[in-house]
Amino acid sequence: MSRYVLPLLAVIALILFLMVGLKRGDPRALPSPFIGKPAPQFELPTLKDPSATIGSQDLEGNLALVNVWATWCVGCRAEHPFLLELAAKDSIPIYGINWRDTRPEALRWIDQLGDPYIASGFDGSGRVGIDWGVYGAPETFLVSADGVVLHKHLGPLSKESWESDFVPLINGGGAAQ
Amino acid sequence: MKRLLTLLVVMLAVSPVAAIDTGKAFDDPVLQARYEKLISEVRCLKCQNQSIKDSNVFLAADLRREIRRLIAEGKTDPEILDFLVTRYGEFALYRPRTTGKTLILWLAPFLLVLFGGFAMFRVLSHRMSMPLDDEIAVTADKGSSE
Repeated sequence: MSRYVLPLLAVIALILFLMVGLKRGDPRALPSPFIGKPAPQFELPTLKDPSATIGSQDLEGNLALVNVWATWCVGCRAEHPFLLELAAKDSIPIYGINWRDTRPEALRWIDQLGDPYIASGFDGSGRVGIDWGVYGAPETFLVSADGVVLHKHLGPLSKESWESDFVPLINGGGAAQ
Repeated sequence: MKRLLTLLVVMLAVSPVAAIDTGKAFDDPVLQARYEKLISEVRCLKCQNQSIKDSNVFLAADLRREIRRLIAEGKTDPEILDFLVTRYGEFALYRPRTTGKTLILWLAPFLLVLFGGFAMFRVLSHRMSMPLDDEIAVTADKGSSE
């Protein structure tokens, strides 16, 4: 009888590993190394006015969202109505990083679909995107008032992901980390 | 058949060349060698089973550009890998560095070989101590004849 114990335990362990692996959700989603760390410093010309800039100091003092978007990104179009909804509630400032895009197209997008952002920085070269570890738009960062990244969301934001992942952190006063 | 072959040859010749900036990044062969080695060891985060050397996704091109810039600035290889890891995590490297977090990755193969060897040893030594089949047959014969 005892000769079956070891193989049985091995099989159970394997099943547990496989179950955890399957439950993990999107296997392509990577944990951001920035969680709990200061958000990367940045400064970009704004989308609407190339002579004005937006940067880290604009985010300071408030819990804020930093949303990385682009006109070529299908997921960004999908989440756009939700961002507008959030902006209308006026509960949290939303800043944009227009990533690897062209100015005319991005401006047309804002014109046609509406502008949920306090301001968007224009990152045509993708330089700031790399500093933020962005690898696929849309990505949304929740940044605390003292500039610490509390959460990173990959892919389109939705009501469900907002309520399950962002709201608890926001209600925690941004002190969750 | 001949036409098919021609088509195949043409297709093979065209696609990879057009895809990636294969031009030399540095005139200095030492720097060029470092650059080639680095980009073959960095994972393209957008296309996760390719290195940024093999991928023509714009993110891979951006990362190649950053690595060229860092090499030109005189940064060392560990500094450049560090640049990538602080932004994208250890996953960005095809050969994760040995740190507390990645130790299990490096040790697991050896542990598995040890465990497998031990199991094999147990099973074999058990089998060695068992009587051989013809011995059983002989004793069984004796038993029946008596």
